[in-house]
Amino acid sequence: MHTLLLLIIPIVFMAIVFFLKGKTAGYVALISSILSFIVSIIIAIYLHFNGYFDEFNQSWISSFGINFHVGIDGISLILVLLTTILTPFIILTSLQKDIENSSAFYGLILLMQAGMLGAFTAMDSFLFYVSYEVALIPIYFICGLWGGENRIAVTLKFFIYTLAGSLFMLISIIYLYLQTPGNHTFEISEFYKLNLSSTEQSWIFLGFFLAFAVKVPIFPFHSWQPSTYTTAPTVGTMLLAGIMLKMGLYGIIRFVLPIVPEAVAHWNTVAIFLCVCGIIYGSIIALRQNDLKTVVAFSSLAHVGLIAAGIFSMNVQGIQGAMIQMFNHGINAVALLFLIDLLERRSGTRMMDKLGGVASVNKRVAVVFAIVMLGSVGLPLTNGFVGEFLLLMGVYQWNMYAAMFAGLTIILGAVYMLRLYRHVFFGEISEAGRSISKTTIIETIMSYKLIALIIVLGIFPNLLLNISAPAVNKLLNLIANHSNLVSTL
Amino acid sequence: MNVVIALTITGILNLFGSIFNYRKITPILSVIGLITALIFNTMYWNKNLPFFNHMMVMDNYACSLGAVCIVLGAVLIVFYNRFMGDEDHHLAEVLSIIVFALAGSIIMVSYTNLLMLFLGIEILSISFYILAGLKKKDLGSNEAAMKYFLMGSFSTGFLLFGIALIYGATASFDLAAITAFVKMNGAATNYLLICGVLMILVGLLFKVAAAPFHFWTPDVYQGAPTIITGFFATVGKIASFGAFYRLFQLCFAPISAEWSGTIMVVAILTMFIGNITALQQKNLKRMLAYSSIAHAGYMLLALLSPAYVGGNAILFYSLAYGISSMSAFISIHIIQIQTGSDEINGFTGLAKKNKMLSLITAISMLSLSGIPLTAGFIGKFYLFSSAIEGGYVLLVCLAVVNSFISIYYYFKPLIEAYFKDSHTDNLIELKRTESILLILLSIATIVLGVLPGIIHSV
Repeated sequence: MHTLLLLIIPIVFMAIVFFLKGKTAGYVALISSILSFIVSIIIAIYLHFNGYFDEFNQSWISSFGINFHVGIDGISLILVLLTTILTPFIILTSLQKDIENSSAFYGLILLMQAGMLGAFTAMDSFLFYVSYEVALIPIYFICGLWGGENRIAVTLKFFIYTLAGSLFMLISIIYLYLQTPGNHTFEISEFYKLNLSSTEQSWIFLGFFLAFAVKVPIFPFHSWQPSTYTTAPTVGTMLLAGIMLKMGLYGIIRFVLPIVPEAVAHWNTVAIFLCVCGIIYGSIIALRQNDLKTVVAFSSLAHVGLIAAGIFSMNVQGIQGAMIQMFNHGINAVALLFLIDLLERRSGTRMMDKLGGVASVNKRVAVVFAIVMLGSVGLPLTNGFVGEFLLLMGVYQWNMYAAMFAGLTIILGAVYMLRLYRHVFFGEISEAGRSISKTTIIETIMSYKLIALIIVLGIFPNLLLNISAPAVNKLLNLIANHSNLVSTL
Repeated sequence: MNVVIALTITGILNLFGSIFNYRKITPILSVIGLITALIFNTMYWNKNLPFFNHMMVMDNYACSLGAVCIVLGAVLIVFYNRFMGDEDHHLAEVLSIIVFALAGSIIMVSYTNLLMLFLGIEILSISFYILAGLKKKDLGSNEAAMKYFLMGSFSTGFLLFGIALIYGATASFDLAAITAFVKMNGAATNYLLICGVLMILVGLLFKVAAAPFHFWTPDVYQGAPTIITGFFATVGKIASFGAFYRLFQLCFAPISAEWSGTIMVVAILTMFIGNITALQQKNLKRMLAYSSIAHAGYMLLALLSPAYVGGNAILFYSLAYGISSMSAFISIHIIQIQTGSDEINGFTGLAKKNKMLSLITAISMLSLSGIPLTAGFIGKFYLFSSAIEGGYVLLVCLAVVNSFISIYYYFKPLIEAYFKDSHTDNLIELKRTESILLILLSIATIVLGVLPGIIHSV
């Protein structure tokens, strides 16, 4: 029942927010997001101490065997926590400035939160699909209404691209549905029991892969990503990079691995190859960017490439690493974007060549940025390290050479992040850099909280690993039983 | 057969309106007549009653499609009244023609005899020819009427010829008798039968505006008065598909091997031609005309699916498509009346001029493009899953490709309305009854999208 509450809170508050005006709308949205956070913590405590599996099941479209079935296990919980932790941050960030038509803005953020939580908690594939798409509509309007230059073309491309991928997923889901015995059902757990031939598995894999590869994005399906991240308002980029792309990774773990394991075993060479290409490609392009947000966009492409590679390597380390890294990447991306927004709001630019010498103007921002950057680079004792380490270990077990190339992400990541840092914080004090003199109390508190998260999770990664471990083991058992792939695991 | 009788009486009463000078109340009269017909219609639910010596049957299929047509007709009459009411033309007669067209559509969804099919199609079509040419002094409207009439009567010829050939092969007009004959003999060598089926196919494909018989659609849709175009695109299409599905699933299902290949090719062509041509249109009515062609392509998928899912799919899709297209056309109509433009740029900055109308347009466009939580998505979902059940996975993949092509043009008005600013700031006004009706249509779109189960549990 708590899960249902988690979905209802943002929707109810969204309806309220639409009737409010100005900052009030933002504060009400903030209250809603904090309430969701509290509920998710309660769920986490229940799950952790009692092993209590929270679910809610209600028949939705009975003639089609569609149920409104939501529930939270370890894998879902990590992403639910990510969503509920980041949403207050995102709303707080946007509260720092005045937003035109704010009721619609905050209402759409809450709708998006509801959609993403729906996707992360759905136990029914139809519900998953619907939530997956519903999350797309608010982000389309957020980017289109409050975005920057050339937003109309960019957002439309983003929308069509993402929807195109997911429609093929819909075909796969319908096909699986028709394979279920008796009165067909869309229940995901029923899909796990199907016995599919290898041809069928390959086609279904393709359908799912297209959807998730666009969403993640995996190279070469990424072409919507850099422009959308750059054009979107910072809040939109935070939602996209922090949470939304995790829907794709989550989908791979939830659908692709357990339903079509043989196809994954067959195709993961290609998939991991593409992921590694994405890692190197993203990192190299990030090296030459001038716009801070574009750097984040391409670094994000590299990071999620590694996560996807870890998932496709199909072993405990890879998947556990993916779970923890999904969470950490969300925190780091949002923290980076928050700081970039802080810089941009004061100096009016986010171009590296215009900024400079910020470190001697404002030491506090420089230190905070340094810690966030190190987290994103994956320095030991920060949150990024554990995830990347596990992921590389997972990929290494699958193939040494793949791990070698994937490992470049750490080196190249350090290069482009340090370059960015040098341009923005050191050197001569530019005019734009001078304007970043003071930070508000709320910003200081927010940045301390983000730093605390980065360091605590770096030192105690078990906080997260323990949450997902039972569910990941269950998943791997399922894959092992489902097929005769035990030897490769 | 109280539904048809009620509609006919309403139509005749309307005709007398201009003689006995009660022209002003004819809209109210028509709406009352339609509500009466709707009540009669719902009374036949689950009864499966045959009428007129087994010429027609009011089964659940006919009842539900009939109800959709009547409701859409009633919405149309309410809006027609406001915008056309002031101009110099014959309100009473036009309303009676609309009501007669509805009577035709009822016959088309409930016939059990090929003669009734022909009768229904003719009643509908002849009314449509007149309606297309309503704007007497407008060249486009005249062109529309002329084109529609010439092409339409030509295709009716095909239909009639097909009916004759089938009579020759089976010695009956009755669907039950034809079905029995087809089941017993098959079609392997009966070329008369196959020719008949294909002729009827041509006639009906013309009526639903499937490629390559779609050339009349854009001109007719663009030329006719906008609100009438809404009528063509919704009631006309739904009734024709009702007739099409009934004949081919009921009668010719046993020989589906003979015609399913044709339908498949036509469906693919229709989807691609409709969607790709719609991409370039600047005129919204023309764009929606091509989009309606594309929708016909999707609906053809239902003909290929097994009967126990196809009927349901076509019903839900018709309802979803009917509601959302109707509200799209009404929005265009309102904007055209107030800004004088039916081009896409008429929508520029609509969100600032009238929040309600732009929201309604947005919902109808999202529904037409099949975005979840709208009726259009569920309709597409039903269609796709029924076609996959029929084994046409590849065809569904092509339909999916088309679905995302269509987003590009369905989002154009939405982008204009929300993301761009207008140079003029004339507000666009809505009367209270109109906004209530439009809001009801939008709510229906959302409710059907969230809880499609209510249709099954009725």
